[in-house]
Amino acid sequence: MLFESRSISYAYPGQKNIVFPDITLQNQESCLILGKSGSGKTTLLNILAGLLAPKTGKIHLAGIELTGIKGQELDLFRGREIGIVFQKPHLLAALTTKENLQLAHFFGKKKGQNIDLLLAELGLTSKANSSVLHLSEGEAQRVSIARALANDPKLILADEPTASLDDENAQNVIQLLQYQASKIGAALIIVTHDQRVKSQISNFIEIQEP
Amino acid sequence: MNLFKLSWKYLTFRPLSTGLNVLLLSMGLAIIAVLLLIQDQLEKKMNQDAAGIDLVVGAKGSPLQLILSSVYHIDFPTGNIPMAEAQKLSRNRLVKSIIPLALGDNYQGHRIIGTNHDYVELYQSELSSGGLWKHPFEVVLGAEVAQKIGLTIGDKFEGSHGISIGSHGHEEHDFIVVGILKSSGNVLDRLILTSIESVWYTHDEADTQDSEEHEGMDHSTEKDYLNTEVAFSGFPDSDSPRELTSLLIRFRNPMAAIQLPRQINSGTSMQAASPSFEMLRLFELLGVGVSLLKGLAIVLIGISGLGIFIALYNSLKERKYDLAILRTIGASRYQLLFLILLEGFMLTFIGAILGLLLGHTFLWVLISQHDQGVVSNLRAWIFLKEELWIVAYALGVGVVASLIPAWSAYQTSIAKQLTKG
Repeated sequence: MLFESRSISYAYPGQKNIVFPDITLQNQESCLILGKSGSGKTTLLNILAGLLAPKTGKIHLAGIELTGIKGQELDLFRGREIGIVFQKPHLLAALTTKENLQLAHFFGKKKGQNIDLLLAELGLTSKANSSVLHLSEGEAQRVSIARALANDPKLILADEPTASLDDENAQNVIQLLQYQASKIGAALIIVTHDQRVKSQISNFIEIQEP
Repeated sequence: MNLFKLSWKYLTFRPLSTGLNVLLLSMGLAIIAVLLLIQDQLEKKMNQDAAGIDLVVGAKGSPLQLILSSVYHIDFPTGNIPMAEAQKLSRNRLVKSIIPLALGDNYQGHRIIGTNHDYVELYQSELSSGGLWKHPFEVVLGAEVAQKIGLTIGDKFEGSHGISIGSHGHEEHDFIVVGILKSSGNVLDRLILTSIESVWYTHDEADTQDSEEHEGMDHSTEKDYLNTEVAFSGFPDSDSPRELTSLLIRFRNPMAAIQLPRQINSGTSMQAASPSFEMLRLFELLGVGVSLLKGLAIVLIGISGLGIFIALYNSLKERKYDLAILRTIGASRYQLLFLILLEGFMLTFIGAILGLLLGHTFLWVLISQHDQGVVSNLRAWIFLKEELWIVAYALGVGVVASLIPAWSAYQTSIAKQLTKG
């Protein structure tokens, strides 16, 4: 068992308790998290990434109990074993494409994938040393995926990665995520309400509104 | 990639804001550096030039002027004093030693000082070539003078009347260079030294020139006195009543400091002035300007500190997302705290180095604008220990200015920040 979450629940101050379905994933397995807007999809993603502490429940990733560690240890673990892709790329504007990826190696204290090879694989070699301000939307999203992959994580989390992309780019991004996840043997969890994604990945859980 | 490089990237990403803050800070620090350098060197120089001189006696007038003209050779003398009175003073039991000075001529703006060999000994100056003057009209050049006017031993030149450049020349008799002093960093460097007799005879000739021509006076007397040796110590011999400009006096005991000035000021036609007291008074007068400049510098540094704070705080707003992203790829809170502190630190460090450089450069420009006088003797590329304090002070400003932004970076909640965007 690579990844497992059990009886996770969370409550924002003054709001009802949200109880999330359990997730169990093996290496190279993918899973979608579906649900209406405001149902708590992103909250679950934040909890799975260790960015938010759940009210109850336990999460295990690669033999480590994520909910049992905190502080610097949790930060480092997240940097090394979890790759996160957001709806928008959110690259660091002050840096070049390559430097954005090198940052992941620095903070994760890990020599993961070879950055030049990774960029070549994503068709970004020519943009390696240019400022991220000069990238198109699709390119920027691919760089943010490369950043999530740079440390060879065990779990890849993606939060509506295709929401702002056109059909072609959306297709590319999903295939890229699946291909890369299976290549490095990681589990892939995608939060989405995008039909284009649903048609490509069948395994899903749905969050019911409380 | 590391934190230093990341901080640097962020700094260079906003070149205008960074540049402005660095500039403001460096200006403030440059002013402080210049003040520090000038103060230190002037004080050292002033003390060095006045070392061994307890009291200066000269004609009545401004005591400060007397000190400036006779010790530092920068102002005009107050007038002349009769040598008879000076000789009387030298017999006073409170006086340990006395060096007479006769001023009144210059060569290309360099003062020609009539004195005796004690004056050279007072500053423990050594000759780099030649010897001290033995006969009238023989002169010894200070190191700087020799270098500037380019004369060497055996060369002759014609003095001009007056203390400053551009006065009419003495065409009667040339001075001849017999020695050149080693550079010692004190006032002798920019003086031309000769015997008191030389100064007297120069002016005698100027006065008697007309009558000589008409009466056809025998020139053998002139030849006579040119071959007699001058006085190496004490007062020169003279048959007629002669005048001097000032006397440098050393006390025999501490009691003299109280009694002697009073005796001279009330009992003679001369006045006495203490170099240390007059310099203290001068610095007090200048002190107002100095503290005004210091105040300005502190205001500039304060503004730059505020500027750094505002720049970091504003950029933090834009960068909260960046910081959240850094956390998701493994950065700890402490690393973010350190990142922001480092940015303030680097900014002020650059400002400090630039400030010191600017300060020294400014001083260098100031010096190169003056080829004579006190300022020309300052040195721009001397580095003081106090300058390290300037750097430390600047870094302190940087740390204080980035403390609040850094704390706010430390406190940023990633999940909240990420869901916002």
